Amino acid sequence: MNAPVDLDHARIAATTPLDRLDPSNPALFRDDVWQPYFARLRREAPVHYCAESMFGPFWSISTYKDIMQCELAHKVLSSDSLHGGISIRDRDKALRLPMFIAMDPPQHDEQRKVVQPIVAPGNLAKLEHVIRERAIRILEGLPRNETFNWVDRVSIELTVSMLATLFDFPQEDRRKLSHWSDCATALPMPGGLIENEEQREAVFAEMLGAFMKLWNERVNADPRPDLISMLAHGEATRNMTPREFMGNLVLLIVGGNDTTRNSISGGVLFLNENPAEYNKLRANPALIETMVPEIIRYQTPLAHMRRTAVADFEIGGKTIRAGEKVVMWYISGNRDETAIEQPDRFIIDRARPRGHLSFGFGIHRCVGNRLAELQLKILWEEILRRFPRIEVVGRPERTYSAFVHGITNLPVRIPG
Amino acid sequence: MPQVTYIEHDGTEHRIALEAGKSVMQGAVDNAIPGIDADCGGECACATCHVYVDEAWLAQCGTPGEQEASMLSFAATAAPNSRLSCQITMSPALDGLIVRMPEAQH
Ligand code: HEM
Repeated sequence: MNAPVDLDHARIAATTPLDRLDPSNPALFRDDVWQPYFARLRREAPVHYCAESMFGPFWSISTYKDIMQCELAHKVLSSDSLHGGISIRDRDKALRLPMFIAMDPPQHDEQRKVVQPIVAPGNLAKLEHVIRERAIRILEGLPRNETFNWVDRVSIELTVSMLATLFDFPQEDRRKLSHWSDCATALPMPGGLIENEEQREAVFAEMLGAFMKLWNERVNADPRPDLISMLAHGEATRNMTPREFMGNLVLLIVGGNDTTRNSISGGVLFLNENPAEYNKLRANPALIETMVPEIIRYQTPLAHMRRTAVADFEIGGKTIRAGEKVVMWYISGNRDETAIEQPDRFIIDRARPRGHLSFGFGIHRCVGNRLAELQLKILWEEILRRFPRIEVVGRPERTYSAFVHGITNLPVRIPG
Repeated sequence: MPQVTYIEHDGTEHRIALEAGKSVMQGAVDNAIPGIDADCGGECACATCHVYVDEAWLAQCGTPGEQEASMLSFAATAAPNSRLSCQITMSPALDGLIVRMPEAQH
């Protein structure tokens, strides 16, 4: 079964004049009705200009192949925060955080190389045991025959305790990490988590204080295999300004938080929507290996990444001018029928399940990709050992964002 | 047809015949040889078809281009004889090529 297509949206998507089509409206993602809009773009305007949106004018790239081309064009399509960074929403210039995801070479390359060793194969093997132990503890604590929010009890718990491990951050304060991450990506709005940018800055200041303390401890101690110690001792990072340090922290916290969280939630939802796949998995738990990348494709935890053209750029017969904003819609490329067979179906035993865009490609390709997969793999191994079924018993609620493609509430029940 | 030998990290060897013009990555994928993931499908846009080229074959394989060098520089397991196997094209001159796989691809 696939997500039901909302007929109204199928009609609106089909009849809105192309030049007025705005795929960036966060409500499309909150209401899970984005599919027909991108299907039309892929068909009729794979490189599409939207002149007016709540984020200003922008280009949409919606097919797999064009997105790959943009990913490789990092010399012309900049990630630099000076031009607005990596998400569709421009941040106030004064408040922009320097972090390597939002830098171009050569600084990007230097800083990335410092962080990379934490996810080297040898290090991941060391983490496997800790991840499994935390996953078991979380799963053992879940109630039976009772409705609860899977997002809160499992997805958030597991990802924040993992992050706390990566930073060697006090476990008892781990929920602060998810709070900071949520604040970093929230759209400011009245009554929202963040009402304005000053509030966001205040949260960042609190976060910086907590991390500076850890930095000071570790810079004066021998190097250890945690992220803060690595930043404090790394040649390219040890002289970072506090703002740069904060930028990199936000990057690692956000990078490793919502994305993994939403993949954990998505998996439970997709298996419930596709009972035949759930049966296949129960019959053969070895399919976890190919299911994990399929979950990450199907969820696409970051709906897009944004670039800014620094010179004119030709793509798909269109010319994008220097200074213009380019949005690579991974969520659409991952549903591109010319690149992926039956892309709207969730199939846990695909032959080449890692051929998806969710981690990006090119020089900014996700540093944490194998770590994220490892977390999901271990979690599902432990779930299948314990629970024959996790039932979704209510409608999922989703994040109001065109960037973080997330699930905020997933009511489930474990029979037992 | 020219032959390539792939050696997995645990020492398991796979010797295959690979048509000239195909990439060394493609040879591994077509023959389901474990240890080469090739997530991007040969676009030089990730580093998951990373191999160590046997010293004796380094010169014949040429040197990495700029994009390949960037992608390799981020692979924590990279060494001076590292290449992305999607960027090595099979030819009669490479008959007998030996490549080794890293502990894991990422
Ligand atoms: C399913 C989970 C995840 C998804 C879908 C995801 C997605 C992404 C994407 C799309 C990018 C590319 C940015 C671009 O091209 O501009 C990226 C970069 C990055 N991710 Fe992830 N991520 C995930 C998990 C993680 C984890 C667990 C970590 C932390 C260890 C992490 C850390 C990073 C970092 C540091 C970058 C910046 C890389 C660079 O700019 O060179 N991510 N991620």
